[in-house]
Amino acid sequence: MAAERRFRAACGAPLALRCRQHSASCRELALRGPRLQLRSLSAATSAVWLAAYGLFALSENSMVLSAAIFITLIGLIIYLHFVKIDQESLLVIGSLGIQVTSSYASGKESTTFIEMGQVKDVVINEAIHMQKVIYYLCILLQDPEDPQGISEVVPLFQSSKPRLDCLIEVYKSCQEILEQRKTAPQSS
Amino acid sequence: MVLKVFFPSCCSSADSGILIGRWISEQSSAVVLAVVHFPFIPVQVKQYLGELQRMTQVTLSVLGSWSNSKHEKEEGLSEFLEDLGTIFSHEPWIQISKEGDSKFWSCSTLQKHSNNPKEEEVILVYYDQRKVMLSCLHPPLDTADGRAEDASKLSAIFDTVARSRVLFMTDRYDEGPIKLTHWQSDGVEASIIVELLKQASVPACMLLAFLLSLVSGICRSRVLKFWPLSFLWSKLSTCEQLGHRLQHLQVISSNRKAQTQTQLMRKANIFVSLLIDVALGILLMSWLYRKNRIGHLADTLIPVADHVAEKLQDLLQWLMGAPAGLKMNRALDEVLGRFFLYHIHLWISYIHLMSPFIEMILWYVGLSACLGLTVALCILSDIIALLTFHIYCFYVYGARLYCLKIYGLSSLWRLFRGKKWNVLRQRVDSCSYDLDQLFIGTLLFTILLFLLPTTALYYLVFTLLRLLVVIVQGLIHLLVDLIDSLPLYSLILRLCRSYRLAAGVKFRVLEQQDGKPLRLLMQINPLSYGAVVQTYRLPTYSCYPKDSWASLCKKLFLGELIYPWKHKGEKQD
Repeated sequence: MAAERRFRAACGAPLALRCRQHSASCRELALRGPRLQLRSLSAATSAVWLAAYGLFALSENSMVLSAAIFITLIGLIIYLHFVKIDQESLLVIGSLGIQVTSSYASGKESTTFIEMGQVKDVVINEAIHMQKVIYYLCILLQDPEDPQGISEVVPLFQSSKPRLDCLIEVYKSCQEILEQRKTAPQSS
Repeated sequence: MVLKVFFPSCCSSADSGILIGRWISEQSSAVVLAVVHFPFIPVQVKQYLGELQRMTQVTLSVLGSWSNSKHEKEEGLSEFLEDLGTIFSHEPWIQISKEGDSKFWSCSTLQKHSNNPKEEEVILVYYDQRKVMLSCLHPPLDTADGRAEDASKLSAIFDTVARSRVLFMTDRYDEGPIKLTHWQSDGVEASIIVELLKQASVPACMLLAFLLSLVSGICRSRVLKFWPLSFLWSKLSTCEQLGHRLQHLQVISSNRKAQTQTQLMRKANIFVSLLIDVALGILLMSWLYRKNRIGHLADTLIPVADHVAEKLQDLLQWLMGAPAGLKMNRALDEVLGRFFLYHIHLWISYIHLMSPFIEMILWYVGLSACLGLTVALCILSDIIALLTFHIYCFYVYGARLYCLKIYGLSSLWRLFRGKKWNVLRQRVDSCSYDLDQLFIGTLLFTILLFLLPTTALYYLVFTLLRLLVVIVQGLIHLLVDLIDSLPLYSLILRLCRSYRLAAGVKFRVLEQQDGKPLRLLMQINPLSYGAVVQTYRLPTYSCYPKDSWASLCKKLFLGELIYPWKHKGEKQD
């Protein structure tokens, strides 16, 4: 079953959270940020090209124009492929692990899979980001030597930065599945 | 616990049979390796599994049954398959059945001795057998016994498939009692070129090892160890680079087969790096010798050296006048200026003496570029060092003079204040001086102080020139280091066969149907390029800055000689 709800990011941008339950122990939570607007793209391109034309008018060198086109293209490709994250999703499979995926605007997907044995807990934490205090969801990884210790903290949804209400939804979904591993009966 | 079945995607269309593989009880997962088809004799199957277990050290067993009914469902077959569960006793007995071309299979387990009546959930994970077998998980577990108890789940699965390579060697064309389906059951693949290369590599390695032993024997001979020569070899970076490459060749030509993945990758990386290096060097050589470019280079070398010397002379004339409006001490200025000018005059005469031989020397030295681009770059760096030797000398003279002056000044300043440096206690103590000691000390202090600007200016100018040369040489060495240490084979592997270098796995949820087990596809998540370079970087005799910025500035201020690049293995002075 799939349900989509609207939330807001820490900076105010609209986000959409989609929660799908594939089976009793498998859930997928996808957070989609705002897509790249045609307005901002055209505004940026026109600004660069106007500046280049101004330079051309001053210097009478046509290389400036071709350089501007080149820079715009390269900059756009780099932005779409490395910077703009469209969707961040969390796939929780009880007894296998948690998979964190970020999809970029160009279609590239970068995935990390954390095995269930390494996951200690999923918690909501506070952090000081620039001039604000924001909440973020993170996975605590178990320290192999020390059963009570934490070896690493993996923050989630770093580019969308949703607000607390969205985080609470995600937290509750994750905890329902994580609890299953504690109550699972030990089989031979 | 949830039962996980790792099913190879190549067996999806196999005929009915029984599943063999490995059962990992602590994770409650079953890794299916192959399907054994009817007809078979259970005793022979058990024997075969026993043999495989001895060869691969992997505990293989019959995990369950697989029924692929292409037409209508056969009732008799399902009972027959259940009865098989009693012959091959395995807890739990997994039964997977596929109807027609349906994507959604039903999977049930039979537990005889379970105290849990609830039907446990099953997750079906498809994996590509060939890719998982060939892939290597990073960070690699280099355990000799190969049985790390705290290994992660995924590495256990990868390990199982990789070590069962022997199982995949029998295909359906082999005459035998057992008929299997796995990724190679349609015919074992092999490449003739690879086999030929393997056969040819043994004598080639032996020949190379013999040649290398000759060369290293010559290098180690006593003739080359006499003092002037050994000093020269240690200063020339070309010799160090050649020694480094010799070491690499020895690694490649050794007879021992690489035991672990890392050793194999290192050998391959060294081989590809050497190949590319020599190819680039030969390219450079062909470019240099075409149209006699090297002749032109030799022709321009003398005028360039002359030009540099002329510029230095102009600089010294400027310093001897009133440089930047500063007022110098006339006498000291003249002395230092004439001293350095005479040196330049000597240097120019020396260069002119050598000029008829330059072209020939350069022609023969250029031939050594065929040993590799790195060697050519090192020769370039050495030529720069030799051509700017006079700048180095001037820097040393200026620095020593300045250093002496600074030490003298600091000591006399202490005397001026009535203090003394206590060598025993390594601290400044007060001391009562005689009147004549104070008089002479103060006089000397004044003299040194007023001569300081002149010396300081000469020191500044020559230090800047020396730093310029050092920076140029440093950049060349950085480039050489980059070519030496870049793991090209690993990068090409990551580009072309990205499943070989795995950072982990990723799961994709496939179409689901209610009532059927959860279907997931396990794909290999390749290592990022940065991680590849970091893991497989070749070690070099790299030169990196010895001092931090603060200590470098302090040394410059005090006039101590600086040698900014440290080579690994050099004794600390």
